[in-house]
Amino acid sequence: MLAYVIRRLWQFIPTLLGVVLLVFVLFNWVGGDPAYLLAGKISNPEHIENIRRQLGVDEPYYVQLGIFLKQIATGDFGASWATNEKISHIFASRLGPSLTVLVPMLVIGTLLAMIAALAVAFWRGSVTDRAIMIACTVGQSISILVYIIVLQYVLGYQLGWFPVQGWGQDLRENLFYYAALPVLVGVIVSLAPDIRLYRSFFLDEINQDYVRTARAKGMSDTRVMTVHVLRNAAIPIVTNVMIQLPALLAGAFLIERFFSIPGIGREVILAVERSDFPLIKAVTVYVAIATMIINLAADLLYKAVDPRVQLK
Amino acid sequence: MSPAALTLAAAHRPESPGLWTLAWRRFLRDRLGAGCLAIVVVFVAVALASAAGLIASDWSHETAVSYAPPNFLGGSTAPDEASPTAVRDDVSEEIDIKDPLADELAEIRKALAGRSAVETKKATLPLGADKWGRDVLLKLAKGTETSLLVGLSAALLATFLGTLFGAQAGYFGGRIDDFFNWLYSVLTSIPYLLLILAIAAVLNQKGTSTVVLILGLTGWTGIFRLVRAEYLKHKVREYVLAAGAIGASDTRRMFAHILPNVSHVVLVQLSLHVVLFIKSEVILSFLGFGVGVETVSWGSMLNEAQAELLIGKWWQLAAATAAMAVLVTAFSLFTDALRDALDPRLR
Repeated sequence: MLAYVIRRLWQFIPTLLGVVLLVFVLFNWVGGDPAYLLAGKISNPEHIENIRRQLGVDEPYYVQLGIFLKQIATGDFGASWATNEKISHIFASRLGPSLTVLVPMLVIGTLLAMIAALAVAFWRGSVTDRAIMIACTVGQSISILVYIIVLQYVLGYQLGWFPVQGWGQDLRENLFYYAALPVLVGVIVSLAPDIRLYRSFFLDEINQDYVRTARAKGMSDTRVMTVHVLRNAAIPIVTNVMIQLPALLAGAFLIERFFSIPGIGREVILAVERSDFPLIKAVTVYVAIATMIINLAADLLYKAVDPRVQLK
Repeated sequence: MSPAALTLAAAHRPESPGLWTLAWRRFLRDRLGAGCLAIVVVFVAVALASAAGLIASDWSHETAVSYAPPNFLGGSTAPDEASPTAVRDDVSEEIDIKDPLADELAEIRKALAGRSAVETKKATLPLGADKWGRDVLLKLAKGTETSLLVGLSAALLATFLGTLFGAQAGYFGGRIDDFFNWLYSVLTSIPYLLLILAIAAVLNQKGTSTVVLILGLTGWTGIFRLVRAEYLKHKVREYVLAAGAIGASDTRRMFAHILPNVSHVVLVQLSLHVVLFIKSEVILSFLGFGVGVETVSWGSMLNEAQAELLIGKWWQLAAATAAMAVLVTAFSLFTDALRDALDPRLR
């Protein structure tokens, strides 16, 4: 087990170096000279030279790569080009709001999708099953943008059940007042693809021999589904949710942007709009590291709950 | 036997249908899948006609009044564009100083009056009009062209790269396999949308070809993994060994012998990625990192529609949503039917 973890961590190094190299090539080479972006339209050569010296882009590429590696190791990416706020401070202050929306969204969404998927897997092949599956396919084909625009307009603006957008200082107020509609939208959007995926997990288990054995010895359908099938299918579901986490952290940007939630995702969008390279570089590298660690954790969890799994 | 007798004998032998004929027959038996294919074909036809300039080439003409409602709602909101100019005319008459631009203004006004007499702005359109009075139906056709073009070309590019890399990695193994696996793990450790946004930030230029490149160059990873696994499986099979024994080169074995046998995987992946890329293009264009301002896509229509909804003009939103939902649903169901038809064991 320990040997496996050490080997996996050792394998992180080339991948991480690749990510660093990719980000470096993108932003320091393809991206062009940042001094022209920073100096704006009215600038003199002296001004540009000054900015170039400050950023270190007048150095040769290997020195710049060294600076970048040092930034990653120390976690000090300097200040944002757009607002001059420290990158580390941006991360610290934006993580809270992101999690306030993400955690309830994931928990509620996963539970609802599991219940619905268990039900349609139980009545597989019936009219209900087919109707729900077709509804999921149609629901999945509508852009997430439409869900956000329409739900925000109808529930927030027209009916006034929720605040249209905004964010407060108090955690309780944020969680129950401002985050309610974003969480609802997120749950509705994730429901259709999740039900389809979890249904396939349940169907994989339902066709196993142990289910037939349980039935054969006279166990009730409810008990077979909720005890035997649910427990076994929960393994891929939990790992699937874990693997989604880092992508969600950066990927909830549409929801955060529409509802003006000061989270990481909205910060990414703003950074792309303002060509705020240090912030995008930092987010990309850290999210990549988080993805690798969470993938390893998911594999270990898989092994812990299912001893048949061989780690190699 | 003479050659003529040989051909005769061949003609008498009952012809056994090929792989693709069988797959096509299985596909047609699936009514839902065949219906979805018909819908997809209609969309492609609209996109082709629009690209060839047969329809919707004048989508940017302001043919109707601002926010003209759809026909079925009736033209209840009468255009009141004439009144502000009338008021301004009254004001200019009260002032006694000679306006140095008066002659030119009069000429312009006369020219404008002449033009509006020729093409009167319509009060209603089949699907309504946007803020500038452009026909939503024509915009929809043009948007279909953009979205399908981006989805198809990006999917073709991604499938090409994924198949090429997957074939190399799976067939040769060793160092080449290690290299492509490393590239794969680097690209997949960054969440897909974050990677796309980062590249969009760096390139900092809009345009259809940019979007195709971004989506295609980043989206090949899933196809790569599947194709590599197929090649690993196939390269030790007897028919490949036999091809090697009669002296077929590596390239020939990879692309003339193995590729046709894994092409069903590639085809299904191509179809899946079209849907994925159409969805991604809509999000990119909505955020303003996608196609340029002079092009219309479903994403840019949704972007305009967001502000329109607040003043109750819902038709552009509904039109873009419906068009995208119908195409994506049909394409997804078509892909499912295609997979079932090409790989009957999965049923």
